[in-house]
Amino acid sequence: MTLILYSVALVALGISFQRSRANTKMALKKAWKSFENILPQILAILLVIGMMLSILTTEQITMLLGGESGWRGVMIASVVGSITLIPGFVAFPLAAALVTAGAGYMQIAAFISTLMMVGVITLPVEIKYFGKKTAILRNGLAFVFSLCVALMMGVIL
Amino acid sequence: MIKKYSFFLLLALVQIVVLILRPELGKESLRITWENALDMLSVMPPIFILLGLLDVWVKKETMIKYMGEGSGIIGILLAFFIGSAAAGPLYGAFPVAAVLIKKGSKLSNVFIMLGAWSTTKIPLILFEATSMGFQFTALRFVLNLFGIGIIAYFTEKALSAADKQKIAELAEGRN
Repeated sequence: MTLILYSVALVALGISFQRSRANTKMALKKAWKSFENILPQILAILLVIGMMLSILTTEQITMLLGGESGWRGVMIASVVGSITLIPGFVAFPLAAALVTAGAGYMQIAAFISTLMMVGVITLPVEIKYFGKKTAILRNGLAFVFSLCVALMMGVIL
Repeated sequence: MIKKYSFFLLLALVQIVVLILRPELGKESLRITWENALDMLSVMPPIFILLGLLDVWVKKETMIKYMGEGSGIIGILLAFFIGSAAAGPLYGAFPVAAVLIKKGSKLSNVFIMLGAWSTTKIPLILFEATSMGFQFTALRFVLNLFGIGIIAYFTEKALSAADKQKIAELAEGRN
């Protein structure tokens, strides 16, 4: 996917360059400005994730989610999922490992869903773009929705 | 400049202190940070280049026509496609959202893009299916389709005209 994105960006850049040099230069300037704008927050987030994941080992997460069952496990999974920020390519093998270790589908669905949709660590960045009310509202709704998904998946699977 | 990076610098200081006091832990966290940084840096350039091109070439009227008020199902599908075709973490979507808003996209469509970016990204779905199985992935995907729409609808409904004005101003200042 990343490769496709690069190809699309390069082709678009080429077409743009052919049509207008000035516009292309401006586009790159804007691209850099947008990136530079969000860079301090990204750097901070990267450090926070690094520290958090170095303290929280896979075994500890398994213990938190694996042993529990029912709503208590779902709540723990949702809170852990909301706070942590694990890239999907790490999260899914982890989730698969948790299921093998005995965690229920309900807890895992809650974990994955909140992990992807709710971001407590990135909330300050979201507030900078959308304002407090919208950011909190979106995350709050996403949290409630994740609980619903967990419940439904627990019932169906 | 320093003020902008003050939080990062503070965290970097904490990281250095940890590295001195607990070298094992400090090294491990640096390793994870470095890995994530490489991941992030590898997906960001094309996203921001496309963002810059979109900002320069797509006219406001065009964006309003396809994603603004009254854009209907086309706006929804377009928003969903932009989010799903993306790569990288959710915070990469915020600058994209800012440009869409600036160009006149309807807010609910921006929230649909955010929702799709967070949960229905195509590469992640393929990855989810291989590790969690088809049934789990398919069920979650279908539920997410509804969820993204519901969250987008209610978030926009809950915002007053003043809130929307503020979001527009924030987007303007961001790019």
